[in-house]
Amino acid sequence: MSVNRAQRVDLEVVTDLIPANSRVLDVGSGDGLLLELLQETKQVDGRGLELSQRGVNECVARGLSVVQGDADKDLEFYPDKGFDFVVLSQTLQATRNPKLVLDELLRIGNRAIVSFPNFGHWRVRFSLLVKGRMPVTKDLPYSWYDTPNIHFCTIRDFVNLCEELGATVEKATALDANGQKIGLSMPWWFWNFFGQQAVFLLRR
Amino acid sequence: MAAQRAARTNDEADHPSSPVLRFGPDKPLKLDAGTFLAPFQIAYQTYGTLNDARSNAILVCHALTGDQHVANTNPVTGKPGWWEVLIGPGRIIDTNRFFVICSNVVGGCLGSTGPASTNPATGKPYGLDLPIITIRDMVRAQTMLVDHFGIEKLFCVLGGSMGGMQVLEWAASHSERVFCVLPIATGARHSSQNIAFHEVGRQAVMADPDWHGGKYLDFGKRPEKGLAVARMAAHITYLSEAALHRKFGRNLQDREALTFGFDADFQIESYLRHQGMTFVDRFDANSYLYLTRAMDYFDLAADHGGRLADAFAGTKTRFCLVSFTSDWLFPTEESRSIVHALNAAGASVSFVEIETDRGHDAFLLDEPELFAAINGFIASAARARGLSL
Repeated sequence: MSVNRAQRVDLEVVTDLIPANSRVLDVGSGDGLLLELLQETKQVDGRGLELSQRGVNECVARGLSVVQGDADKDLEFYPDKGFDFVVLSQTLQATRNPKLVLDELLRIGNRAIVSFPNFGHWRVRFSLLVKGRMPVTKDLPYSWYDTPNIHFCTIRDFVNLCEELGATVEKATALDANGQKIGLSMPWWFWNFFGQQAVFLLRR
Repeated sequence: MAAQRAARTNDEADHPSSPVLRFGPDKPLKLDAGTFLAPFQIAYQTYGTLNDARSNAILVCHALTGDQHVANTNPVTGKPGWWEVLIGPGRIIDTNRFFVICSNVVGGCLGSTGPASTNPATGKPYGLDLPIITIRDMVRAQTMLVDHFGIEKLFCVLGGSMGGMQVLEWAASHSERVFCVLPIATGARHSSQNIAFHEVGRQAVMADPDWHGGKYLDFGKRPEKGLAVARMAAHITYLSEAALHRKFGRNLQDREALTFGFDADFQIESYLRHQGMTFVDRFDANSYLYLTRAMDYFDLAADHGGRLADAFAGTKTRFCLVSFTSDWLFPTEESRSIVHALNAAGASVSFVEIETDRGHDAFLLDEPELFAAINGFIASAARARGLSL
């Protein structure tokens, strides 16, 4: 239950960052949960890009503007600053070239919002340190050999990548295992240890 | 028999069994070929009622061998309308809600001016004296029909294959007149392979001695053998290898063993011969030449300086593209390149690829995922247009 709740909070955090009537591109829109939430609560002009055919068909049947495509290949076709916000929710770790994808997000959107599972979370560290096994948790339920998540990073790693790409972190939020926001006053190492997910608002 | 059919072809072309809108010499149709067609006529069908705001109109564009009888019994074949699975009272495109228009394309043979129509200058069928017709010409004629109904902005234009080309042309050249579009199983241009298949069909027609250089109706003849072969070749491209094999395999037709001759030993042969024969009953050979040519000439990017995105620059129209995994005539990549162009143009676009082994013809069939996509797209567009009834 805590996982679902945490995931919902992640979407809420993203939604809170987006002002009403914005133009939003949701990269990796899944079954359209976030886009629908944004349309209902913020009346955004929302578009989606989704890899899985099933996800796309579900979105379109629900009346969302979603195209089938691959974040690694298809972002190049979007014009510069075509959107107010580009959201990459829980998808970065599944891309082949996260650096390039992040670079494209910053090009396409005036702001980019990225949320990802933190591989520096203490449970992950614990699994590797004590069990010597790749972690399999409710949050990250795949075994190493069948996971779509090929590029995990920690919050620290992500901050470094942002610096490398010349992106400014306008806002960052870490959520603990219960989906609670970790206090802003806490230092990065604390976030990196107790944050199960992170949401970043970036611009360049 | 052949003479009777020839007479009927000309009769259906001039006096169709559907409403027809006639434009006199004062209202010519401007053609891409650099000339004008006048007088000319458009045969059409409508279903449902146009609302007071004239905002609930949907235009359906038919494919190569389709016609205006999209949702009523076809007067020539006696079969149900070609998209009755989708359009009708209570259907996904509900004619209780929407005013649906479908017209025979210019160049066709069921009542809109085409090569089988009487040329007023000679009193004989046009034959090859009709100028070459393009997809853009067809759409220009459709705008005149839409004007006739006093409709400023269509709610939706949809169609598959050649119909999808018309839909794209509507979106490119008349985007302010259409709220949303649904191009299905189509492309922004005809590929080399597609042109090649069409050329085979045309050569088959023209190789038939009964074609008479296109003047067969003057001789009371029709190049039925050639047109049947054209249809047989084309029909293969509408299906997938997997579907053909599933349906026919190497099954023999009404026999226990091979006959060691050139009879239709295999079911697939018999099936194709049947397809060819029934097609010539309802279609004009010269129309087949003109319409295949129109598709071959279609290249939306070329019309816009070579950049497809420029065809859609600044568009406010909502798009939903659909392709089918086993369609090798208009493969998914064709739709995807349109999607990329629309993304580059900042357009509102949805794109669904549907998993099916039924090939190009899947768009005409009862495909639940296709219907779900169309339904979702139309419903949300109708809400945005304030059409919720």
